[in-house]
Amino acid sequence: MKRPAVLETFADRERVFDFVARGSRAPRLDVSHNVILYLEDITVAFDGFRALNQLTLYVDAGELRCIIGPNGAGKTTMMDVITGKTRPDAGSAWFGQSIDLLQLDEPEIAAAGIGRKFQKPTVFTEHTVFENLELAMAGDKRVWRILFARRTPAQTERIESVLETIGLTDQREARAGSLSHGQKQWLEIGMLLMQDPQLLLVDEPVAGMTPQETERTAELLLGLAGRHSVVVVEHDMAFVRSIARKVTVLHEGSVLAEGSLDEVQNNPRVVEVYLGE
Amino acid sequence: MPAPFMRSLYTERGSQILLGVLIAAAILVPVLNLAVPADSALHLSTYTVTLLGKYLCYALLAIAVDLVWGYCGILSLGHTAFFALGGYAMGMYLMRQIGTRGVYGDPLLPDFMVFLNWSELPWYWHGFDRFAFALLMVVLAPGLLAWVLGWFAFRSRVTGVYLSIITQALTFALMLAFFRNEMGFGGNNGLTDFKELLGFDLQSDATRIGLFLTTAFTLGGAYLACRAITASRAGRVIRAIRDAEDRARFIGYRVESYKLWLWTFSAVLAGIAGALYVPQVGIINPGEFAPINAIEIVIWVAVGGRGTLYGAVLGALVVNYAKTWFTGAFPEVWLYALGALFVLVTLFLPQGIVGLLARLRKSA
Repeated sequence: MKRPAVLETFADRERVFDFVARGSRAPRLDVSHNVILYLEDITVAFDGFRALNQLTLYVDAGELRCIIGPNGAGKTTMMDVITGKTRPDAGSAWFGQSIDLLQLDEPEIAAAGIGRKFQKPTVFTEHTVFENLELAMAGDKRVWRILFARRTPAQTERIESVLETIGLTDQREARAGSLSHGQKQWLEIGMLLMQDPQLLLVDEPVAGMTPQETERTAELLLGLAGRHSVVVVEHDMAFVRSIARKVTVLHEGSVLAEGSLDEVQNNPRVVEVYLGE
Repeated sequence: MPAPFMRSLYTERGSQILLGVLIAAAILVPVLNLAVPADSALHLSTYTVTLLGKYLCYALLAIAVDLVWGYCGILSLGHTAFFALGGYAMGMYLMRQIGTRGVYGDPLLPDFMVFLNWSELPWYWHGFDRFAFALLMVVLAPGLLAWVLGWFAFRSRVTGVYLSIITQALTFALMLAFFRNEMGFGGNNGLTDFKELLGFDLQSDATRIGLFLTTAFTLGGAYLACRAITASRAGRVIRAIRDAEDRARFIGYRVESYKLWLWTFSAVLAGIAGALYVPQVGIINPGEFAPINAIEIVIWVAVGGRGTLYGAVLGALVVNYAKTWFTGAFPEVWLYALGALFVLVTLFLPQGIVGLLARLRKSA
């Protein structure tokens, strides 16, 4: 007897159906090819305006990459795509070889190991510095687990060590809302560290900082590279020069140039975009 | 129980005062009503006991609203819906208890159904002759409605004033539905003429005292449960969501799950408050769904001081006492007084009475 076509599709033993795969945790990060982030032909259009236009970008594992570009070049939109806030109209985004970012939502992407710092420092203002770090701590973040969660001594130690890294040990019991602008930025970076991410996306970390604070932030980010991959979006060229090994220039939603800062700065197309009009 | 919860009880003045007052009331009210002779100045009339019991139901409702509004920033203008559903579930049980003592003496059908010439009990009235089933419905009806509404709203990331409007529309729609006789909930007369609860005569002083004590203990228990939630790490996540929702999402919290869970729990508390309210006031009708009532609850919480739980209790007691007094002395003035109170509190006391007291203590 011939089976109906509907049954035929279900009899396909090789196929993994969406409803089975959905809800399962993301597969483990695989960076065996030494590339942690693949963005290929990503296009995002808002009402006809192409914020990203077939953007293709690769970030190596352990790399510290700076992304620069004029306003409206698509830097923040790119971060939105990577973290699941915005779905691209076309293209693919993979975290390592095994994790398809376009299949995951924000909390899943965070759990997979991508941390994000916003352009405007965003911390939990009514909580203490310590509580902010505790909340960001990696681990099972489902409601029931968190409701009965108790802090282990090892976790307290971890929080203390991050407090030291970001230089806020003396402010541990202070309300995060009472911190200075620079301290809030560091706290937010500290929260990223608590998440223990493989890839950190850092949006304009030194905007509005004093030169001393900027220097301290540069040290902080340099200390992170190697153990983590870090992507920094920044306008401040002096700051980029102090940390960058490789720079990507975005313009009108796609990559204009890539290389060391000197190469990029001498690239005639980059010069035209920045100085041209 | 998590340690921070116990610590919060040792250190928080408001919690201690609230629980102390509740325990004192649970001892004093029965004594003053039952043991002190009626001609004594210290005697508490049964009318007053019932009034106090009603206030405590409102306090429980206020806690439910404060839990979602004060701690998670979800301004609900629909908690009356959950309150009334809990009340209707209890009312249906009380109706079934009337039995042959109704005006028409039908052993199965409540009076209003006989009046409408219905010949059999609608399917959704079955089971309400059993108290345990009614209790289950007190929890399930508001809980399920809240869960479904929340599931759609929070998943679609509806927040702020849009969510408030949806909740307001929900309670308004339910009010219109319950006004209809065909719904089978007694139309605009609602459910009333109750006789007894679990075999106890609802008119007797002892039953009134029993209901008051049950309400006081439920309020105390609900307060402790809410305090345990807000003092836990989940409570900190909930406040984090209130202050920076995107940040919470990007550090890996499934914001909609936290909101849904808290929202449903809050709705269940409101339903329980409604179930305790109905046997004490002796009636439940669609007027309880009125959107204006939902706004009143928000005013209680704002006046008491939101985000503290005990402030919500204080606000509910103060505003309702004022309401009782005003509607007796100057009935026309009450709504204006309520409006003025809300404006004044919003302008001058953003932290409510609790915030004012804290400020006075600091400066003293």
